[in-house]
Amino acid sequence: MSEKLIIVLLISPLVGFLINGLFGKWLKGNEKLSGGIGALAVLVSLIFSIIAFISVKNGNPLEGDAGHLYSWIVGGDFAVNIGFHVDALTTVMLLVITGVGFLIHVYSIGYMHGDEGYTRYFAYLNLFVFAMLILVLGNNYLMMFVGWEGVGLCSYLLIGFWYEKQTATDAGKKAFIVNRIGDFGFLLGMFTLFAAFGSLDFVSIFDKAEAGTIDIVFGETTKATLMVATLLLFVGAIGKSAQLPLYVWLPDAMEGPTPVSALIHAATMVTAGVYMIARSGILYNLAGTGWVVAWIGVLTALFAAIIALKQNDIKRILAYSTVSQLGYMFVGVGVGAYASGIFHLVTHAFFKGLMFLTAGSVMHAMANELDIRKMGGLRKKLPITHVTFLVGALAIAGAPFLSGFWSKDEILHSAWGSFPFIYIIGLITAFLTAFYMFRLIFVTFYGQSRVEPEVESHLHESPAVMWLPLVILAVPSALIGLLLGVGGHHSWFHHFTENVFPKAHETSGNVYLFMAISSVVGIAGIAYAWKRYKNRVPSAEPTNTLQQVVANKFYVDEVYNTFIVQPIKGASHFLLWKLFDSGIIDGIVNGVAALIRVIGGMLRRLQTGIVQAYIVSMVVGIVLFLAYYLFFA
Amino acid sequence: MNAEMILFFIFGAVSLIGAISVISFRHPIYSALSLIVTFFSQAGLFVLLGAHFVAAVQVIVYAGAIMVLFLFVIMLLNLGTLSAKGVLTGKLKGIAIVLAILFAAEGIYIAVNALKGDTAVASAQAATEPITTEYIGELLFSKYLLPFEVTSLILLAALIGVIVLVKRENTTEN
Amino acid sequence: MSLEYYLILSALLFTIGVIGVLVRRNAIIIFMCIELMLNAANLAFVAISRNLGTAEGQLFVFFVMAVAAAEVAIGLAIIVSVFKHRETINVDEVNSLKG
Repeated sequence: MSEKLIIVLLISPLVGFLINGLFGKWLKGNEKLSGGIGALAVLVSLIFSIIAFISVKNGNPLEGDAGHLYSWIVGGDFAVNIGFHVDALTTVMLLVITGVGFLIHVYSIGYMHGDEGYTRYFAYLNLFVFAMLILVLGNNYLMMFVGWEGVGLCSYLLIGFWYEKQTATDAGKKAFIVNRIGDFGFLLGMFTLFAAFGSLDFVSIFDKAEAGTIDIVFGETTKATLMVATLLLFVGAIGKSAQLPLYVWLPDAMEGPTPVSALIHAATMVTAGVYMIARSGILYNLAGTGWVVAWIGVLTALFAAIIALKQNDIKRILAYSTVSQLGYMFVGVGVGAYASGIFHLVTHAFFKGLMFLTAGSVMHAMANELDIRKMGGLRKKLPITHVTFLVGALAIAGAPFLSGFWSKDEILHSAWGSFPFIYIIGLITAFLTAFYMFRLIFVTFYGQSRVEPEVESHLHESPAVMWLPLVILAVPSALIGLLLGVGGHHSWFHHFTENVFPKAHETSGNVYLFMAISSVVGIAGIAYAWKRYKNRVPSAEPTNTLQQVVANKFYVDEVYNTFIVQPIKGASHFLLWKLFDSGIIDGIVNGVAALIRVIGGMLRRLQTGIVQAYIVSMVVGIVLFLAYYLFFA
Repeated sequence: MNAEMILFFIFGAVSLIGAISVISFRHPIYSALSLIVTFFSQAGLFVLLGAHFVAAVQVIVYAGAIMVLFLFVIMLLNLGTLSAKGVLTGKLKGIAIVLAILFAAEGIYIAVNALKGDTAVASAQAATEPITTEYIGELLFSKYLLPFEVTSLILLAALIGVIVLVKRENTTEN
Repeated sequence: MSLEYYLILSALLFTIGVIGVLVRRNAIIIFMCIELMLNAANLAFVAISRNLGTAEGQLFVFFVMAVAAAEVAIGLAIIVSVFKHRETINVDEVNSLKG
């Protein structure tokens, strides 16, 4: 595989961004052209990704010096190259990004129809794909960080896409600021890695790590240094992938356009943390910090699933579901089953992307209504949307033989060996997942219609450009597990990625028993949801304290606001602004100015404007000079 | 006391009186006329010094052309009635007088002392024959040709400068 | 007839010119005082020229006169121009440089 192929793959969305970004003014009248360029740019990337995939599959990856393009930063011992690292993991990510990305671009052509910022939208979306590709293609941590920040920027831009809405801009800022905390951790992690390895290249870091030639930066042992580095990197992952305690930005991010939620906040960007940990798997294994990752993951999964039980906003349910599923992925990579975690990432990208798009389809039909209590009985009016959503929900609920069933089961199975508690919590979460997802389905698509009359008259299925991607996405959501995941740790997917990841622990126990337990739990959740919500609307008011706490998302936002945001604001206001900025900085600046003015006020009296006064001073000079010359020289 | 010395004191006294009159008269016309007196007596001093050419130029250029220009401008602007008081008052005047005394003292000190060593040498070789106009002409067109030509450029620049100053006035009036 | 007498006379004339420049308000008289100072310098030039027995001093007087002529022409033009703008040539009234 030549690096030229990768360059084309990478540049294509950038070209799309530039066309839509620079010439959007002239493309504005022509939505099909603008959207077409955006989608085409990603299609080119998709085609080249498939070529790259085939090439890697034939045992021809692009690694090490082969992927080196040029030196980016060279200073003393510090050197960072621009280069690509394309192996099995990269191609999997490439296919997810460009595949799901392409379908979402196509869907957006219909969804964004008539929007003021149509070309701006596609410019941002292409820029996002470009940044995400940099993130996964880079052969060093700094390039990954560039992509990491790039997707963060695009996320911010797209969450606040409808910037005239106060909530949207607030949500954008929140996402950006919360991510900063994580990114800071990532940066510190990179510094630690550089201090320990003298390089940021994946290959050289991993080689040195395996050989044990690590400089001790923290603590007494190389392991301590690695622990610090990996945990700091994990802080970055927590921020980007919305884990406890930094998950709060993701539900708010639903203010952005729905396809954005599907692409960035479900399928690709939020999984960057999982990708990063899977990429650094060797380090995590050596450092032994996987258990932290796994526990954070499973607690997030449970926590988000509980919150999702009482939400009534269709997109927020999906958002909490995403947080929860990301937790699963972290369990996977945390317990050392990197392939399983990435496999879940892939299946999740398909079915969660699908569900967000169907939610967008519902919103499209319902004139942007988000409250599921105002829906009901939609399956007759929106048949395609209903069926595709059902496929996605069955997949996430772990219904037998659909994609989520295979990937989730693998993760739970891997967890059982080393962390039985995590397995049990994961199982509970699986039950909750099935329950809240089918609560959503039954309330939205079944039962009596509670749609308001004037909306009801406009109810319509989405145009083909929107439902076609739904149908296309529904196929892998249902079948990808059967294709790639059958056989657990001996499946095709594991085989494909076996060279990338460190060897996972052998799982114990009967595979079929675990599958059966998972299936029963999933089906039980669905059945319970059927029993409770078949003909019942979620009540508007919580009936007891526990429900109220859950409905208010455990008051996490309020707690953060009281204990973190307000103190920082107060400190900024009084210490930084009033005392330091206004007092000290302005005091110095104004003091200098006042001093100059006083001196100037004294000197200006010399400038009388009378010529003779100037001549007098001149003659004084001459007299003094002569006196010096005559009597002292 | 020979004839030269008597003449020197007469011309010197007249030129000093003229100079003091220049700065004393309130009316510029009187000042200008006093200045002409000073110039003439200076021309006499030049003759005493044997510089006949310079004396002639002094009379023709200074007392003739330049002073006519002064008088012309004074009459053009009709300045006589304008100046209520002729000199500055207050501190500035006092400072000026003190400075002038110091300045004069230094000048006389230079005249008396600083050149003493040179005069001893110079008196010995003092020219007996006066420097003729012919000799000056030869110098101007041989050794000092470049400064001479540069002088013509200065006059040209002055000519153009005056035209520009006057022309700008015309355009603004229109 | 020694050199000192001429130089003392020159110094006195020059000083009178300085006093005039310093105390008079009328720009034309100030200008005349400048001419006076130039003449005092000329006197010193010629006196020293004779003392040394060379012609250079007289030549310099010639150049000084040429420059003085140019200066007078321009200076008077400026005075006329100032007078047209301000209706005065008193230097203490032309004080727009006042800080």
